Amino acid sequence: MVTLTAPESTASTAPDARVPESSTVDLAVTSVRELNQAIHNAADGQAWTVTNPGGKHSLAVGIDADIAVTIEGHAGYYAAGMHQKGGVTITGNAGVGLAENIMSGRVHVTGDASQSAAATGHGGLVVIDGNAGARCGISMKGVDIVVGGNIGHMSAFMAQAGRLVVCGDAGDALGDSIYEARIYVKGTVASLGADCVEKPLREEHLAELAELLAAGGRTDNPADFKRYGSARNLYHFHVDNSTAY
Amino acid sequence: MTITSIPAPAPTDIAALGLRESATFDRATIADIQRAASTGVYDIRGWGAKRKVPHFDDLLFLGASMSRYPLEGYREKCDTDVVLGDRHATRPLHLQTPVTIAGMSFGALSANAKEALGRGASEVGTSTTTGDGGMTPEERGQSKHLVYQYLPSRYGMNPDDLRKADAIEIVLGQGAKPGGGGMLLGQKITERVAGMRTLPVGIDQRSASRHPDWTGPDDLEIKIGELREITDCKTPIYVKIGASRPYYDTALAVKSGADVVVVDGMQGGTAATQQVFIENVGIPTLAAIPQAVQALQELGVHRKVQLIVSGGIRTGADVAKAMALGADAVAIGTAALIALGDNDPRFAAEYSALGSAAGFYDDFQDGRDPAGITTQDPELSSRLDPVAAGKRLANYLRVLTMEAQTIARACGKSHLHNLEPEDLVALTIEASAMARVPLAGTSWIPGVQGSF
Repeated sequence: MVTLTAPESTASTAPDARVPESSTVDLAVTSVRELNQAIHNAADGQAWTVTNPGGKHSLAVGIDADIAVTIEGHAGYYAAGMHQKGGVTITGNAGVGLAENIMSGRVHVTGDASQSAAATGHGGLVVIDGNAGARCGISMKGVDIVVGGNIGHMSAFMAQAGRLVVCGDAGDALGDSIYEARIYVKGTVASLGADCVEKPLREEHLAELAELLAAGGRTDNPADFKRYGSARNLYHFHVDNSTAY
Repeated sequence: MTITSIPAPAPTDIAALGLRESATFDRATIADIQRAASTGVYDIRGWGAKRKVPHFDDLLFLGASMSRYPLEGYREKCDTDVVLGDRHATRPLHLQTPVTIAGMSFGALSANAKEALGRGASEVGTSTTTGDGGMTPEERGQSKHLVYQYLPSRYGMNPDDLRKADAIEIVLGQGAKPGGGGMLLGQKITERVAGMRTLPVGIDQRSASRHPDWTGPDDLEIKIGELREITDCKTPIYVKIGASRPYYDTALAVKSGADVVVVDGMQGGTAATQQVFIENVGIPTLAAIPQAVQALQELGVHRKVQLIVSGGIRTGADVAKAMALGADAVAIGTAALIALGDNDPRFAAEYSALGSAAGFYDDFQDGRDPAGITTQDPELSSRLDPVAAGKRLANYLRVLTMEAQTIARACGKSHLHNLEPEDLVALTIEASAMARVPLAGTSWIPGVQGSF
């Protein structure tokens, strides 16, 4: 079923009944442009289901209404890019740049995510039940990321703020040139990047980690994780740091 | 660069002493070596390439005579407007002058300077451009046409501002440093700047040189698609490249779906970059334009995908020459700052106290600009009156436009866009080869035709 325009018009005039429970967009017969235009015009409280996504790019990008979007299948690049409000759930895998520059709200992928998941995200929560590829959380600026599996190399590169939780293993050069973001990893870390060090896991960290794991629907024990962050040795250009990079 | 050595004797004294200055190790080079040995760090400065390179000065217009009719200078119309971004965007920009303001960040510049740029540009109907660090209310409020830069760092990037922008400029590079990321030293990372960039106050800030979520033209095509989706296909999308391989980069930008290509030559300015980078990476603006135009022509999109050229534009003659070589518009940065009040001789004593001089000051990274432009210091910033500085910029933009019109009329053109390479000759073999116009008095274009 394709419902793209004024779904309210088919409902009764009673205020509480004007918003339909769900509108479905079939991308086998509807363009990505039509989908995004429809959800940009959507009212708070609406629910949208996208079928036959077929790995198409830029699905459900730029959402700034409090709506719930479910993509039933695999999404291509930049799914839920610049997400601002509401939630997007992808019941499949996501391509490069999942939820890039997310501002707030929630994006959830039940499968794996490719490179640069949640890149430059300023806020909100990105949950990846499976693995994430390289550069997960690159230049993150306040987003929270919970990954159920492993993450690839150069993740949290130049990460400025926010929290990255990894329930599996991390690849090489984790947190290279990191600023003030905090990283929690349960498994092994192949190597740490420049200026990224292991730090004590204090009570406040256990508490925030427990909250993040709960938000991500995880049952892992916070005490099993290690915390990583910036040594803050490279915050100023100095001749003594010339071999650090 | 800071002048640190003992004042040199006057040339006559040097000659009298029988001293010979090395062309290889000149005084500036010696001072550079001494500074490096003393500090252990490379020199970081603002401005663009200062070395002499073939430039617009090496071209001349032929003007009309018997075989070409000129337009009457004070009677006949010579239009200057330009439409940018009508290839795909449903809301292209329509500017009254082809002279635009290049991207310069709040952070690198004071809020008053950004406001002044917006005021000056808006007064004459042209655009201004944000920079690394996001969009400020001062700039958006005063800019009728505002181009929002989409940079690798994504500092301050957010979809609300993206939708407020009149155009989006995806920045791949900058003429002063193709292949290099940005830097903003701790002196300028004030609380407000740090807040906009989500960084600790006072650190030496690094900006990435590569975008975090795409690599290469195939990805860029998808990225442009995403930005179009977020803005409902209304907003023109520029792609800015630092001039190094402009033929290929322009072609790939077009292939990726750009509405406008911006090519910045090595004379283009920077707020803070290593001097070795500024002076040794990239190619002159003059060499970049014909390569970019060739790519557009071969793809059949010249004048459909507009070309904006920047890097060393100072006069209306430079504007006219860039457009005759095939640009649709130009952008100015350094010249705009000078118009606002940068390097003003009235601050001579203060420049001297900083180890510099009016006309030489390029320590934009230091944040101690006496003119209140390249600083975040509240006292210094307050020296720049954004209304008066905006008026100076508007005056300058009008002069550039009128000068370009003067030349275009002399060449018989009723619109600046009608200027063409045939109107130009070159003064030097190098400029002739780069600009692909004949050496004056000959029909020879080195590299195009084999022999003199």
